[in-house]
Amino acid sequence: MADTRTITVTVNGRVCSREVETRLTLADFLRHELNLTGTHVGCEHGVCGACTVLVGGVSARACLMLAVQCDGREVATVESLADGDELNPLQQAFRDNHGLQCGFCTPGILMTLTEFLRDHPDPGEAEVRDVLSGNLCRCTGYQAIVAATLDAAKRMRGGA
Amino acid sequence: MKPAPFVYHDPRTVAEACDLLATRENARVLAGGQSLMPMMNFRYAMPDHLIDLNRVDELAYLRCEGEVLRVGAMTRQRDLEFSPEVGKRCPVLREALSHVGHRQTRNRGTLGGSLCHLDPSAELVNVAALLGGTLHVVSKGGARDIPFAEFAVAYMTTSLQPDELLAGATLPLPARGRGHAFAEFARRHGDFAIVACSALIGLDRDGRIADAAVALSGLGHAPVRPASIERALRGEKPGAAAFKAAAAEAGGFDAVADAYVTAAYRRHLARVLVYRALEQASMRALEAGNG
Ligand SMILES: Cc1cc2nc3c(=O)[nH]c(=O)nc-3n(C[C@@H](O)[C@H](O)[C@H](O)COP(=O)(O)OP(=O)(O)OC[C@H]3O[C@@H](n4cnc5c(N)ncnc54)[C@H](O)[C@@H]3O)c2cc1C
Ligand code: FES
Ligand code: FES
Repeated sequence: MADTRTITVTVNGRVCSREVETRLTLADFLRHELNLTGTHVGCEHGVCGACTVLVGGVSARACLMLAVQCDGREVATVESLADGDELNPLQQAFRDNHGLQCGFCTPGILMTLTEFLRDHPDPGEAEVRDVLSGNLCRCTGYQAIVAATLDAAKRMRGGA
Repeated sequence: MKPAPFVYHDPRTVAEACDLLATRENARVLAGGQSLMPMMNFRYAMPDHLIDLNRVDELAYLRCEGEVLRVGAMTRQRDLEFSPEVGKRCPVLREALSHVGHRQTRNRGTLGGSLCHLDPSAELVNVAALLGGTLHVVSKGGARDIPFAEFAVAYMTTSLQPDELLAGATLPLPARGRGHAFAEFARRHGDFAIVACSALIGLDRDGRIADAAVALSGLGHAPVRPASIERALRGEKPGAAAFKAAAAEAGGFDAVADAYVTAAYRRHLARVLVYRALEQASMRALEAGNG
């Protein structure tokens, strides 16, 4: 018999209750149960960072957490960033600076940076490169991602 | 669905966790999941019972008490990294943490998980060897302490019994005025080190080395504290001659080889990193003395 539990998770502000197998990862819960396919799944063993989401405001690999571990907690995914069709400043900076090409890595990078820029509103380039070490991008060569991040930080500080 | 089926348990107390460990067959403890979850996703690890410690609050604590640092097994790597007390009293630990994976993995990964996983070149394992900590272990039957030097018994294998849980560690803080260094070589930032070397150096009033601690990892299944090097440094003037002699000695140690890295290359790295660590630790000891 499959081991299941009923969990209640607040995802992007919405309270979601589901009965899930306890071995279901958070990434698969978001994608398959809630149809939030913005969270991407690349390696499923913690290396690529594509699945990064915020759990309780803190960035984490969704492929290395179980959905049951999020029972009673708040999760934020890339879908929480834009307001309808309106991109948030971080997303807009990525668009303006060509911070993405295929876009596969982008959701994880945006969530990593959402946490980072909240805690470090005025980062230096070295710090940005350091925090990006946990997200693999095979397209851009990172240059444009770093530029977009620094630009976003500036816009968010109100200096656009 | 990646991991094979298991029964999930989320105890709230150490006593409940120990009881589960003692009574369930093929049970495994889940800490930060940053090593165990990948193994389960690959189905290298297929526990029948998964005992999640993330809701056992009493296992997460961090306190500087006099000359020791007391850390709970479930204390997150990020909490160690961002602790002002750790930064001040044990900067070698903070420096080591900056090499452990990435921001997202340190947000979840724990001290206890890293020590129990016991990767031969894990940075926290190296620092525990450098500081010479004591591990506090609990089981349904009782509790015992294990000196860190006796914790590793084989490749990625600890001296924990199947029904035992690591509850926490007591790490002696470096004495005041000690210079520290943590040097490693990894393919990319955030990867496990191929070889890592940490060091603590204290100088006497004449500027000679009064005491030296060195931990070298990546050569065998656990870090070594090379007594011959530590002894030979005592009484020496910190400088190229002493560091070169220590480095040459490290370059002669036995080393393992694997599909990626030859033994000769590991010895080469040991030589270079011992030199760098001693140089930087001595410099910092000098600064601490002048400052
Ligand atoms: C992309 C990536 C890069 C990484 N890079 C590094 C690196 O550079 N250096 C490094 O050191 N690590 C690295 N790691 C691994 C590190 O992040 C893990 O945190 C650490 O190895 C295990 O800690 P954990 O808390 O995640 O434990 P888990 O993965 O939950 O557990 C690890 C093992 O320890 C056992 N265990 C855990 N807690 C206890 C306990 N209290 N008592 C008994 N047994 C216990 C578990 O059963 C399991 O066997 C990396 C991981 C990823 C995903
Ligand atoms: S899918 Fe989670 S880190 Fe790659
Ligand atoms: S934009 Fe293609 S992987 Fe980053």
